[in-house]
Amino acid sequence: MRRGYDGVVVTAPTTIPYERYSIHSAHRWIGQALAAALKRAGLRPRDVDGFCCSSFSLGLDTAVGLTQHFGISPRWLDHIPMGGASGIAALRRAARAVQAGDADIVACVAGDTNHPDSFRQQLTGFSRFSTDAVYPYGAGGPNMSFALLTDAYMRTYGATREDFGRICVSQRSNARNTPHALMKRPLTLEQYLAARPIADPIALFDCVMPCAGAEAFLVMRDETARALGLPSARLLSTIERHNAFAEDPIQLRGGWAVDRDELYGMAGVGPGDIDLLETYDDYPVIIMMQIEDLGFCAKGEAPAFVRAHDLRVTGDFPHNTSGGQLSVGQAGAAGGHLGLVEAIRQLTGETLGAKVADAKLAMVSGFGMINYDRGLCSGAAILAAGG
Amino acid sequence: MVPPPKRKNPLRRTQAPLLPPSARSRTALGITAAAAQGRFVLQVCAACETVQYPPREICGACLGDELAWRAVPSEGTLLAATTIRISGDPYFRERMPWRTGTVAMDAGPTVIAHVQASLVPGDRARLVQKLDRAGQGVMVALPLAATHDSLDDPMMRELTNDPQDRRVLVTDGRHPIGQAVARALLAAGAHVVLGIADIWKPFASVDGAEMIELDLTDADSVRRCAAAYGGRLEIVVNTGLYTRPGGILARGDLTTARVEMEAAYFGPMRLAQALGPALRSRAADGTHPACAWVNVLSVYALTNLPSWGTTSASQAAALSLSQALRADLRPIRVVNVLVGPLDDEWHQTVPSPKVAPTALATAIVRALRDGIEDVAVGDVAQDILARWLDDPKILERELAT
Repeated sequence: MRRGYDGVVVTAPTTIPYERYSIHSAHRWIGQALAAALKRAGLRPRDVDGFCCSSFSLGLDTAVGLTQHFGISPRWLDHIPMGGASGIAALRRAARAVQAGDADIVACVAGDTNHPDSFRQQLTGFSRFSTDAVYPYGAGGPNMSFALLTDAYMRTYGATREDFGRICVSQRSNARNTPHALMKRPLTLEQYLAARPIADPIALFDCVMPCAGAEAFLVMRDETARALGLPSARLLSTIERHNAFAEDPIQLRGGWAVDRDELYGMAGVGPGDIDLLETYDDYPVIIMMQIEDLGFCAKGEAPAFVRAHDLRVTGDFPHNTSGGQLSVGQAGAAGGHLGLVEAIRQLTGETLGAKVADAKLAMVSGFGMINYDRGLCSGAAILAAGG
Repeated sequence: MVPPPKRKNPLRRTQAPLLPPSARSRTALGITAAAAQGRFVLQVCAACETVQYPPREICGACLGDELAWRAVPSEGTLLAATTIRISGDPYFRERMPWRTGTVAMDAGPTVIAHVQASLVPGDRARLVQKLDRAGQGVMVALPLAATHDSLDDPMMRELTNDPQDRRVLVTDGRHPIGQAVARALLAAGAHVVLGIADIWKPFASVDGAEMIELDLTDADSVRRCAAAYGGRLEIVVNTGLYTRPGGILARGDLTTARVEMEAAYFGPMRLAQALGPALRSRAADGTHPACAWVNVLSVYALTNLPSWGTTSASQAAALSLSQALRADLRPIRVVNVLVGPLDDEWHQTVPSPKVAPTALATAIVRALRDGIEDVAVGDVAQDILARWLDDPKILERELAT
């Protein structure tokens, strides 16, 4: 039986407002997020003894170079190249570090910049497998990869464009209260269905918008947070899995299905106890897989599930309550921290936008890295209010 | 089928000759090497027999590191497909929409491939490896039952060099090869311009071909040909294969060797410098863009046959020129056709098998249609190529008897 996370809390949810394009480098975005998180906690740079960074656009730099750049001297350091699963992975590693006393305060930061054409350049060399066996096939990027997964999912489980549209429309509604969301114009199901096709069956509102931005949070022991006077959320359980179901010819499920019993068992709760769910949402099809594989409904029933539930902040199944990447924007690796930061906000009452009423338990889920034909990394965490 | 080209509107922009994404790992070039010859191969683990894709360094099933490229069954089922309408890449942007899909191969791997228009998910499919306009091998999913005509669509046109409705310059109409190639291309639906050196002297006409003055050893003749035809050719076939028996010592002087080098090396270089830029600039122009440059070479370009020593040396120079042209002319496909002894007056003392010019011509048309880049025609050329691929040093000693 895995050891629990007793005494570990997350705090200081931080977002540097996103911009479509930035003339600045990722170093600046990450540094600004670190500074803002420390300011929120009333800490100085030398108080941070653990630092964890995720980014796609640091060039040759890693977390190592950033210590000198930012003038910090941590005794625990990590750099996590897991994209959409990086937030969960950072949280898990940082939690064990503070639990064991290897560090007292770990700052987990993710940020990326976005210049015109930088997204295309990133795609050309995203991975060895994608350079050899994906990009030369129409260079559609993640739109193409998720179009194939969406096509297979629709054929297998009978999902319709309307079902995916319901998710996107709900998230847009949630985003209307999020100050830094890049897409806040109201979206109707009719507009969703009539949108410009991008890579069939994916159309404009199924796609996230690449942008610049950064997210951060602090991981520490309960007593440290209390001493600093910080509202925090308790970490109850986490899971992580890579390259699950490699034998499946096409991805219809993710690693959550392998580990979800452990996720609930460790937290001592069930799917019905979760008050809000923050999924990784670069495309709606992967949200459906998370809803299924995390046990909120049976495999193949997510289309019926989203028809039967209201996914807005005020609904019976609050989901991606800040609007998610689909409405806020995808700031590279920060997209893998966005849901986690929003969950901390909901549980500590520090929401920027609409608040889920009486939120006590939140689940956050991560998904990352279309290395070739499928996303390889999956992870999830359950957080509780009241640090 | 793609209809014949319309007359070009001179006010419309000419599409730039862009290349599709060409970055690959060195290992992935195994697919390029197979596609160049019209084969289909994937890596197979020597330890556990698992078929691999994408190309790997290490077996995904047993961590073995001995992964040899082998012919494997190429059929599978199309699981999913998309029509890409927006691409960030300039080459594909000009060619939207583009169809891509996921194929589960019977041999095991899942393959993301270009997908032919008539295939829908659930269909059985056959994968082939083709060279794209960057000269890189790509996977293409085709219907099991397909004819040449049923496959002729804009996507396949990017991956092949069909002479149908294209204008082809055949350089040497005084040579039996040039005559045969011209006839075969006419039969394949091409418009043929056939070069004749010293056109005021008697020559054998080819019905349907346009006979023009062209002598690759004459700079002025090449310049005049390029001025008149440079902007309206889509394929060039250099058929001026000049082979003469004789070893180095037997020759006694450089006279024949100089003529050989002029015919095999300087002449084609002159032609490439005169026609190449215009050809390359029209490599994406309209429905039937400029697409190919074919060189006919002696297979002894690979390794010297000492009894034909100076000819072999000039052919080695021609092969090296051709390799350089591949890079310079891209996206024009440079096709090397390696041939053994021809059934002609210069090979009277050479025993059979020998290659008939018509067989060579048929192979050239097939290579263009199939998008192949390296062809060995006839039993001798295939035998020498197989030995060369096996071990060039052993072949060198074998030929130096």
